[in-house]
Parts: sequence; structure tokens; C-alpha cells
Amino acid sequence: MNQSINIIEVEGLSKKFGDFYANDNLNFVVKQGEIFGFLGANGAGKTTAIRILCGLSKPTSGKIKVANFDVYKQTEEIKKNIGYMSQKFSLYEDLTVEENIEFYGGIYGLKRKVLKEKTNELLKKLKLEDKRAKLIKEIPLGWKQRLAFSIAIIHEPKIVFLDEPTGGVDPVTRRHFWDLIYEAAQEGITIFVTTHYMDEAEYCDRVSIMVAGKIIALDTPDGLKKTYKSQNMNEVFLQLARTEE
Amino acid sequence: MRIIFYILKKEFKQIFRNKMMIPIIFVMPIFQMLLLVYAATFEMKNIDFAVVDYDNSKVSRGLVQKLSNSPFFNIAAYEKNIDAAEEYLLHDEADLILIFPANFETKLVKENKSEMQIIINAINGTVAGISQGYLSQILAEYNKEIIVDFLNFEPSLASTIQIKPRFWYNPELNYKVYMVPGILAVLVTVIGMFLSGLNLVREKELGTIEQINVTPIKKHHFIIGKLVPFLIIGLFDLAFGLFIAKLVFDIPMVGSFVTLFIMASVYLFVVLGAGLLVSTFADTQQQVMFIGYFLMIVFILMSGIFTPTESMPIWAQKLNLLNPMYYFMSSIRMILLKGSSLVDLQFQLYSLIVYGIVMISLAVWKYKKVN
Repeated sequence: MNQSINIIEVEGLSKKFGDFYANDNLNFVVKQGEIFGFLGANGAGKTTAIRILCGLSKPTSGKIKVANFDVYKQTEEIKKNIGYMSQKFSLYEDLTVEENIEFYGGIYGLKRKVLKEKTNELLKKLKLEDKRAKLIKEIPLGWKQRLAFSIAIIHEPKIVFLDEPTGGVDPVTRRHFWDLIYEAAQEGITIFVTTHYMDEAEYCDRVSIMVAGKIIALDTPDGLKKTYKSQNMNEVFLQLARTEE
Repeated sequence: MRIIFYILKKEFKQIFRNKMMIPIIFVMPIFQMLLLVYAATFEMKNIDFAVVDYDNSKVSRGLVQKLSNSPFFNIAAYEKNIDAAEEYLLHDEADLILIFPANFETKLVKENKSEMQIIINAINGTVAGISQGYLSQILAEYNKEIIVDFLNFEPSLASTIQIKPRFWYNPELNYKVYMVPGILAVLVTVIGMFLSGLNLVREKELGTIEQINVTPIKKHHFIIGKLVPFLIIGLFDLAFGLFIAKLVFDIPMVGSFVTLFIMASVYLFVVLGAGLLVSTFADTQQQVMFIGYFLMIVFILMSGIFTPTESMPIWAQKLNLLNPMYYFMSSIRMILLKGSSLVDLQFQLYSLIVYGIVMISLAVWKYKKVN
């Protein structure tokens, strides 16, 4: 892990839809190997920003580099170096666990042998070995999320973007999911995660809080709690969201 | 190439795991062939007619007799006056009325010519035209008979130029021979356009397209992955349809199947491309269905399946150059019935190739990974 290298650099990112600023002059950097929490209420502009960083959407203005590639011109290079898991479920429900792994591994260009090894390793880690031939629609949501995350990093990207990855599951299941995140971070993958669960915010190295398209706070969870004289992240978030209203 | 392989593998698995797919592939051709071929008939049998005979002569009765002896005409009623006969037209119990005026025969003998009235229900102009055609033929024959035995002319004097037409490519003028290839063309179009369009937009609805777009996959790889499965299914269905055509209708297949399948493949690229293009604009499967239906109806009705394209107004003929089905409709009929070769079909082939390139390029271009 090298905390001194900037893996994401954002300067003055703005995205306008008509007259509406979904993102208004965002500035931040993410260090390599960091777990970076991107917090905000629904509609604060988190998804818009994450889509821009992934090369799915073009910014209106700003200087943005992801894995040292420019988001205007080098989106295809960026895509080779990132993984992405969205709130909208991205596995194929009518394919089996194994077929989903094979498909995504295949289109990321993994060699057949590597893909086979990876598949077995992954199924073992997720304890899904006996479920490999089950269709995705037949397995519980928590497992789907863990599988989707593992598939998102199957090509060993430098960064993985998680857009509300744990929606709709209980705190225990979320905790299991976060074990996978820590493991990936240990291996040096930078984690960029949006969430509106405050227990998840506590797990991050650093957290930015977005309200109405703007980043209004950025620090470690402890730093934020100190600054806003709060017991936990929930209080921090409520204070900030309230002052903006 | 390996990436395309993974995409194709996934597509085929999903297609055959879809419960609706097998019925669509197998039941649709059977239904279309068996139902539409019989329904889309121009052949007229059982034309019912009412008679108002103010003359009641040998000539008038002779004509009515001759008509009802033919396989096409049935006598529905004899009526005393026109109003009563008209009731039959209004109730759809008769398709036409024959009215013989008084002195019909006398006039014929004295002046060598006479007049009668025929009223035809022409709500459907085509049917009316065909009825009138049959009627004229029978009248002409009857005319000749009268000249010979009624006016005591020598048969030789009555003989005019004899026309004995010989109909090529469909010698018995069997409408099924004409319609079956047409229905096959419709089948290929439906399969191509709807399946490809619905498939792509489904990925949009489910959100899996986002996941695809964030991978370094090439646009053309993705589009090829979406085209090839339906190309294969379309060609398979054409073969299946041809099998039914031979088995059930014994349609002549004069031309080469290689030629037919080459034309069909090129044509399928056009419709698949059109389907994909529609789905790049649409956000839901409903939208694809609506746009697809709209295009289909225009394509089918203008393709010449029912009516010859040559008799359409010039502007419509020009417009038809944009209708991919127009090229394939004539090709499939020419190949199956006449045995035309690719050289004979140059115009259709080149037009479809250009069209296909344009469609697929547009689809690839319109399919944006970034927005």
C-alpha cells in the first residue's frame, strides 16, 4: 500500500443537466489503497459523480484523472483499470453463478486457464461452491452482492467503484460484505464507495459528505466527529445535512 | 475474437433459457404459414348474384344458366324489381346484380346489339374487379355462342383471334405459390427485427448494460454478439418455413438454396441492424414493440406482398427504395419460383448490402457507451 500516490484526482468537477447542477465544483483526491467513502443523501449527486469517474458519463467541466488517465479522452484506458458495481443489479439473473463469473472474466480478457483458477478460488472464498450451477435469481440478495463485488474485481483493477453496493440488506450482511472490501483493500485495490448507511461510513479511511451537488466536508471519520463534536457519523451527517437546508 | 466467443455463449444461453423463445421459433412459422397463406387469398369462388329479369327470354335465361354453371358464380335470388334485388346487396347476400331490360332479346336480334346492367358491390375494389373480370370472360364466351347458334352465323365467321395464354413460373395461377414466399419473407423480418431489438433494450431495462459499458468491451464486439445469434435463428426459421412450404403446400423451389440463403443473410443484417438501431433509441421493450410494429406494417404493405409495387404511385415506388422488405420480397419469389441467380438479383443484392452497412454502422454509432 502506498498512501502517497494519488489514484484519483478531481479538480473543479461540474456536471449540469439543463440548468441543474448535479455536481457543483467538486475537488478531491483519493490515495492509492484507500477506502474512500462518498456520502450523501439520495439525490445529492453521488451516482452522477461516480458515473463520470467510471467513464460512463462526460463531465460538463473540470480536470479529472482516474488511474492517471484523463476522463475526457482516455475512458477506454480507465475502463481497463477499474471495476464497477452499481446499485442497479448487474449480474444476469438468468445465468448461473459460474456463467456470470465466466462471462465477465471473459470480456475482461482473462485467459481461459486463469479464468478457471479464479472461478474456483472465488467460489471457495464466497462459499458458493455448491451453488455454482444455481441461477442468480435463486440465490439471496446478500450473496448476490458479494458475488457482484468479487466479479467487479475479477480482473484485478486498480480501483473499484461501488455505488450503494449494500442496499436492502441487514447490518450483519453488510458487515460480511465489508470483510470482502477490507480484503480487497489489503491487496492494494483502492475502494471508492457511495453509501447512505452511516455504519458503513465508519468503516472508511476517509469520508466526503455531499449535499445538493457540493462536497461540504472531507476528513477521516474520527476527524469529522471531532470537528462536528459528534458521537458518531450519523450525528455528523444529520448536522451537515440540516445546516445546508 | 475470444471476447466475441464469450458474448455469443452468454447470448445463446439466455436465448434458450427464455421460455418464450422456443415457441416463438417453432410455433410462429407454423401459424403464419398455415393461417396466413389460406387467409391471404385473391382467388374468388362463390360469387353470389341476384337477377332481375324484365325480359325473361331465351337469351337472358341462357346467360343466367351459363353463369350458375361456372364454378365461380352462385345464383342467390330471382327478383321482380331492382329495389328487391338491392336488399341482397345491402345484406351482403349477393355480390352483384344482373338486370336484363325488357326487349333485351328482341333488340339483340333486330339491331345485333343489346344492353344490360350489372351492379357490383365494390366496397373491396379488388374483389369487385376480379368478379367483373370473371363475368366479362363468361359474357364474351356466351356472346360467341349466341352468334353461332342463335343468329345462325357460321362458326368460322364468328371466330376471332384466339388467345391461349401460357402462364410461366406459376402455370396454374395458384395464389399459394405466390403467397408462401411472401409469408416467409414476413417471417424472417419479424424474427430479425423484434428479437434483436427486444434483446438489447432488455439489457437496458435490467441495468446490465451499465455493467457492460464500464468494461473495456469494444462496441462492435458487443453489437456482433447481439447480431449473430438472431441471424442464425432467422436463417433456421427460414429453413423451417421452407420445409413446411414444401410439405404442406408443395411450393415449387426452382432456384438454388445457396442463393436464397445468401440473400436472406444479407437481408437479415439489414433488419437486425434496424432492430438494434431502434433499441438504441428506445428505453423500454414497449417502445421497441410500438416502433417495431409501425415499421413492420409499413414495410409489409409496401413490400409488394399483396399488391404489385409497380402499380403504386411513383412517389411510393421511390419511397419503397427505403423499404428493405421490398428487395427481399421480390428476391425470394424470383429465386423460388423462377430460379433467378444472384446475377439476376444484382440490384436487390447490392441495395441490401449498402442498406445493411448503413444500418449496422448507425447502430454501432448510436450505441454509446458514454452519455
